[in-house]
Amino acid sequence: MLELAIGIILGSCALGAGMAMIAGIGPGIGEGNAVAKACEAIGRQPESKGPVTTTMLMGCAIAETTGLYALVIAILLIFLAPNLLVNILLNAIG
Amino acid sequence: MNKKSRLFRLVDVLLLSLAAAPLVGGVVLQVLTKPPSQGISISGARIHFTLPAPLQALPITEAQINSWIVIVSLFFLCLYMTHGLAVRPETKRQVIAEWLIEQTESLVANNMGPYFKGFAPFVAAIMGLSAVSSLLTLLGMYPPTSDLNVVGGWALLVFFLITYYKLKAGPLYYLKSFAEPVAFLTPLNVIGEIATPVSMAFRHYGNILSGSVISVLVAAALQGLSRMVLGWLPGVLGSIPFLQIGLPAVLSIYFDVFSGCLQAFIFAMLTMLYIANGFPADEYEKRKSHKQNKVKQA
Repeated sequence: MLELAIGIILGSCALGAGMAMIAGIGPGIGEGNAVAKACEAIGRQPESKGPVTTTMLMGCAIAETTGLYALVIAILLIFLAPNLLVNILLNAIG
Repeated sequence: MNKKSRLFRLVDVLLLSLAAAPLVGGVVLQVLTKPPSQGISISGARIHFTLPAPLQALPITEAQINSWIVIVSLFFLCLYMTHGLAVRPETKRQVIAEWLIEQTESLVANNMGPYFKGFAPFVAAIMGLSAVSSLLTLLGMYPPTSDLNVVGGWALLVFFLITYYKLKAGPLYYLKSFAEPVAFLTPLNVIGEIATPVSMAFRHYGNILSGSVISVLVAAALQGLSRMVLGWLPGVLGSIPFLQIGLPAVLSIYFDVFSGCLQAFIFAMLTMLYIANGFPADEYEKRKSHKQNKVKQA
């Protein structure tokens, strides 16, 4: 029984980590849009390449934030949560 | 003209070796203390030893030691770069140092405006510390920037600076700025204020950590693959992971070199933008002229 419970905890943590990374879709699309527009802008005005690139990198960094929140959650779920939850379970059983 | 005294050269060599010594020491420490790992091992910073402290035992981790290595190394590198300055540059390193300083000063002046001119050393320090910390992975050492505590400390420092410059126009104005544009948005504004350092820390730490995790996973996968594909080779040949040659190096160039430098630049840029945007310049000028008028009348 205990093995089953621990197995469910580990499996759920892994599944949750995978699901959290679905959030990676958003930043991917957003950054793709940003880079596409930056390429258009550089194509139209090649002399403004420097500032456009800098601004694009900044924008990408900001757009990436939500994805990174998901990544942090996934990392916590993989490396920290299993230990914590199994300990809670063991303490509850006594 | 090109003839330098022996003392000058001696000091040069001394400074360079002092800059390189911490890095070499770090690598040696890493080799001596790292336990042998089996398969995939992804762990946080190892704790070298704990110091007794009044409230809670203070663990001295790899991240702290590597941060100090970077600080000392950068310090002596800067001393080397500025050794033997002349009005007419005589050495290549003076030209490089001048170029670096000009670049940061123009960056700060463009992004922060004239009031924050003095911020160039701070921004350059944050950028250099962050970039070199991330580049430590190239030596196989633990990069301090992939520890949330280190980057969180920097983000807190930046947060204090932002708040300090927001308070320049008086505490009342600062409190009032939370109730804008409408009063019932105050909770959201408070959350947004706290989210600034949190997102800065997570962004930097998440990028570096995810890079190293992906590198480890790819290396482990290639090892397994090469054991599967090339395992039939006789003797020692079969146990050498040939497929590990090449691809990890390419990944390392992206994740360690490019991403590390980019994150350093982004952290410094965000620092500048947050501080400059949070500073209420108009209100500050108004108060200043108001005060001066009062002094004149009195």
